[in-house]
Amino acid sequence: MFEYEFMQQAFIASTFIAITAGLVGVFVVSRNMSFLSHTLSEIGFAGAAFGILVGISPLAGMILFTLVSSIAVGSLSGEASRREASISAISSLFIGLGILFLSLSAQSSSYATNILFGSIVGISAPEVKQLLILALFVIFIFLIFYKPLAFDSFDHLGAQASGLKTRLLSIIFLITLALSVSIGAQIVGSLLVFVLLTLPAATAKYIVHSVPKMILVSVGLSLAGVWIGLYLAFITNWPVTFFISTFEVLAYFGGLSYKNWKLTH
Amino acid sequence: MIEAKNLTKSFGKQLIFKNLNFRINNGEFISLIGPNGSGKTTLVKILMGLESKTSGTLNVAKQTIGYVPQFRNIDLDYPLSIEQFIRLNLKFTFSPKQRQLDNELITTIMEKTHLTQLKNRPLGLASGGEKQKAYLAQALLNEPKILILDESTASLDVEVKMQLMDLVQELNQKYQLTVIFITHDYELTKKYTKRALLFKNKTLEELDVAEVSKKMFEMEG
Ligand SMILES: Nc1ncnc2c1ncn2[C@@H]1O[C@H](COP(=O)(O)OP(=O)(O)OP(=O)(O)O)[C@@H](O)[C@H]1O
Ligand SMILES: [Mg+2]
Repeated sequence: MFEYEFMQQAFIASTFIAITAGLVGVFVVSRNMSFLSHTLSEIGFAGAAFGILVGISPLAGMILFTLVSSIAVGSLSGEASRREASISAISSLFIGLGILFLSLSAQSSSYATNILFGSIVGISAPEVKQLLILALFVIFIFLIFYKPLAFDSFDHLGAQASGLKTRLLSIIFLITLALSVSIGAQIVGSLLVFVLLTLPAATAKYIVHSVPKMILVSVGLSLAGVWIGLYLAFITNWPVTFFISTFEVLAYFGGLSYKNWKLTH
Repeated sequence: MIEAKNLTKSFGKQLIFKNLNFRINNGEFISLIGPNGSGKTTLVKILMGLESKTSGTLNVAKQTIGYVPQFRNIDLDYPLSIEQFIRLNLKFTFSPKQRQLDNELITTIMEKTHLTQLKNRPLGLASGGEKQKAYLAQALLNEPKILILDESTASLDVEVKMQLMDLVQELNQKYQLTVIFITHDYELTKKYTKRALLFKNKTLEELDVAEVSKKMFEMEG
């Protein structure tokens, strides 16, 4: 399948998407932000549609929208629960906006399908390059802030007590989350990018018990998911997202059963 | 040293306490007592800079504070093992020598808190008392000069309670660790602390532990 250039590009892009999503996902899950990452992908959809409407790239539109909203969320104070309700209200607004932007922009509906459901054929070489740069940037941020981010994500109170600047860490994290949502959506689509951002990490949580191991398992599962998905999508011509989400869901229930089995043995 | 002058705190219109005047010296083992909702947790949060004061002055000498919070959201699914949880409080290092030192420190602290046998158990599955020990071990990791225990013994059985308090007392005596012990436990206050700060009528009284009576733990409001 690698004789086709679009497959090479899809392969490189999804490899990096999987690494970032698997890595960031461990922190999404430990910070209980699965819900927010879901909402961010809906906001990303509106951003992409906006990009098409005003004539910038969908990726740029997505980054613009997700970054602004994640920084807005980060600077909101108050309890997480109170935040969740307002986030979900906002997300409905954004889906509506996305649909409006698309209908105004008179683009063919296949464009919309690509943004929502992802596509392996849509990616050009310059776009792959953009994705790579963004992915490397996210990974780089995580290397720098790994220790304090892990402390804050796995024990917020302890991190506060030990004097870490948790507010700042939270904003840094939200920025990387916004970027991961935007780049992940290019292959798996904004409707399902949260699958890669939550399921592999949630599975890892059931089978290993340290942060580095969780990152390894999570990245491994999301890589396996996109590689298998790409291959099967190539030979069957079915949507890649279907295979990725099926694989990750199966892995998740496998992990859950393993955990329950271990509890009784 | 910690010194407060006319320290006042309100949340919005709700006055929590007013005009607190007290002083805690280095190396003291002091208890902070008072009914539910009187402002004990709020006061220590202000000491640590996690919460702002409304008025008054507060001087806290710049030193490492170890804090064992009253509540922590560790659910049944929490993935990290007890050892990995404690390790969260380590600084990142490239130096193999420092890593070696860190490992030794972890080993010692887990032995002292009786966690060595449990180190690979996921914290989510640990009992309430085992969790408290892990919280204490994590707080001790950066060798604090001040240790704040917020009802850390409340869910422990008598034997473990004494073990932990003995350990804290040993650190207090050996290394002049300042201990602020928030508690609703009369016996522990009498046995381990020399002085008590008592919240009463929205202000704070400094008492010698001999003046502490059982009645002070029974009153409400
Ligand atoms: N962030 C907050 N916003 C508003 N009110 C608060 C906040 N935190 C605490 N309070 C209020 O301040 C009062 C004192 O609370 P605090 O937790 O300090 O009491 P406490 O002495 O530690 O009680 P307990 O013995 O139950 O732990 C309570 O009435 C509480 O409702
Ligand atoms: Mg309290």
